[in-house]
Amino acid sequence: MTLWQTLLDPFNYQFFQKGLVAAVIAGALCGLIGVYVTLRGMSYIGHGLSHAIFGGYAAAPLLGIPVVLGAGAWGLASALAINAVARTKRIGADAAIGVVTTASFALGVALLTKFGNKGPSFDALLFGSINGVSTSDLLLLAGALLFAAAVFTVLYRAFLFSTFDPEVADVSGVSVRRMDALLMLVLSVSILATLKIIGVTLVAATLVIPAVVARMLSDSFSRMLWISTGLGAAAGAVGMYLSFQLEIPSGTTIVLVNAAVFVAVLVVTRGQALRRAGGLDDHVESGAPAPLAGAVR
Amino acid sequence: MTAPLIALDNASFGYDGAAVLSHVTYAVEAGEFTGIVGPSGSGKTSLLKLLLGTVSPQHGMVVRRPDVAMSYVPQLETVNWNFPVTVAECVLMSRVSTRLLPWPTQQERRDVDAVLDRLGISELAGRHIRELSGGQQQRMFIARALLRRPQLLLMDEPTSGVDIGTRHEVLHLLDELHRDGLAIVLTTHDLNGMAAHLPNLVALNRTVIAHGAPSEVIVPDVLEQTFGARMEVLQHLGMPVVVDGSDQVRLRTVAG
Repeated sequence: MTLWQTLLDPFNYQFFQKGLVAAVIAGALCGLIGVYVTLRGMSYIGHGLSHAIFGGYAAAPLLGIPVVLGAGAWGLASALAINAVARTKRIGADAAIGVVTTASFALGVALLTKFGNKGPSFDALLFGSINGVSTSDLLLLAGALLFAAAVFTVLYRAFLFSTFDPEVADVSGVSVRRMDALLMLVLSVSILATLKIIGVTLVAATLVIPAVVARMLSDSFSRMLWISTGLGAAAGAVGMYLSFQLEIPSGTTIVLVNAAVFVAVLVVTRGQALRRAGGLDDHVESGAPAPLAGAVR
Repeated sequence: MTAPLIALDNASFGYDGAAVLSHVTYAVEAGEFTGIVGPSGSGKTSLLKLLLGTVSPQHGMVVRRPDVAMSYVPQLETVNWNFPVTVAECVLMSRVSTRLLPWPTQQERRDVDAVLDRLGISELAGRHIRELSGGQQQRMFIARALLRRPQLLLMDEPTSGVDIGTRHEVLHLLDELHRDGLAIVLTTHDLNGMAAHLPNLVALNRTVIAHGAPSEVIVPDVLEQTFGARMEVLQHLGMPVVVDGSDQVRLRTVAG
C-alpha cells in the first residue's frame, strides 16, 4: 500500500465517515458553547456535567427510559441544581459542581458495576470512540448544533449582555435566570450528544480549549464565536483521523489536537495572546487629572 | 403637581430575616439630583435595588409611575474589563431587542454614535473596553444607560475607587445630564468629594435619618446619627467640609 493509499484508507470505511462527520459537528458544537462557558467563568461545569450525565446514562436503561431522554433529563436537572445552589452564594459554583456531579458519576459507576452495561462500553463512554456512530447519533448531534446555533443567534444580545454584566442586564429587560437555565439546557443537550465521540472525561477540554484559543486570538466577541466554532470543528476532524490511524480513543486525539493548537498559538504570539485571554494586561489609567472645579450647584 | 417617579412608603427589606432597611419613606421626583450617603452596610445598595424593582419590600410599598423609564449604572469593579467587546458593542447591549439578527440596524448605529458623541467619547467607539481610563469607563456605562432614554438614572458609587480628576470629570458630566432634565439618584460614601457638591442628600442608616440640601444634611447631629461617630463640619467657599476625629488630632499635632 502506498503512502497516499494509507493516508486515504480511513475514508473507505463507512464507520469512519460517520465518525468524522460526528467529530466535526461535536467539535463545532463544543467550540460554540465553550465561548459562553469560559467567559462566564464556568469552565469546570462542562467537566462536572459530563460526569453527571454519565450517571443518567447508566440509570436510564435500568429504569426502562430511553438513554437520550433519561441522561438528558438527568444532566439538565444536575445543571439546574448546580445553578440554583451557586446562586445562593452560600457555597461556590465549584463546590456545588463537586457535590452534585461527582455523586452522580459515582452512582453511574456503581450501577454499571452492579447491573452491567446495556449501552456503549465503559471505556467508550469515558474516552470516546470512533466505532458505532449511528445515523441517529448524527441526527442528535446535528439537532443539538442547530438548536444551539438558533438559540445563540436569536438571543445573541441577551446572552452577550447577561454574560458581560448580569446585574445590569437583569434591570434592562433580560431575564438572567432564564438565560442561565437556557444555557444549561443547551449545554446538557450538547454534552449528551457529544459524549459517545469525546467521552465523559474529555468533554470539558473541547469546551474550554477552542474558546481560550479564540480569546487569545481576538478581542471581539463575535469573532471569538466564529474562531472557536471553526477551531473545534477542525480539531474534531483532525483528531478523529488521528484516532483511526493511531488506534487511540477519539476523545483523546481530539483533545490533544486542541492542546497542540493552544501551545502553537502560545509560542507564535510569545505569550502575548495568553495575557490577553487572562486579563493580565495592565489597566490603562487616565492621563493628567482634570482641573479641580467648583461646586456643581 | 405630577406624581413622583418612584415612591417608597414605609418600606422595609432584609435578607434571611436580618433587616437591612426599616420603614423607609422616600420619593424620587422628576428631575431631582440626589446622593444617598451612609456608612458601609447602611442599606444604600438595597435602597437602589428597591427603587429598581430587583427586590421587593417585605413591608410597606413601592409605587412607580407607570411610564417611568429607569437605567442603572453599577460600580466599575462589577464587570470584567477584559471581556471581548468594544465600547460601541458594550453601549449597544442596552438595546436588547427581539430582533432575530444579532447585528445592529442603521438606526441603532446612529443612536450609539449620538450618545457616545454626547458623552465626548465618540473617538473611542472601536476601542476595546480594557483600553479605557476610569473616567472613560464611567462615561461608557452612562452612555449605555442613556441609550435606553431613561427619565431616572440610578448609580451605585459612581466615584468609588477613582482618582480626584476622574471624580470631578464624572461629577460635572452628571451635572450636565441633570441640567438636561435627567433625574439622578446615586449612592456615595464620599462626603466631601461627592456628596457636598450635590443639590440633595439622603442620610441613610437602615432608615432615612435626614433628607434635604447638603446644608441641612451635612451637620454634626445628622452625621453622628448616620455614621455613629461625632464629626465636625467646617464651611469652605459656602460648602460644608466634614472633618472627622482623626483629622482633628492630626491638625492639633501639626499646629502644636
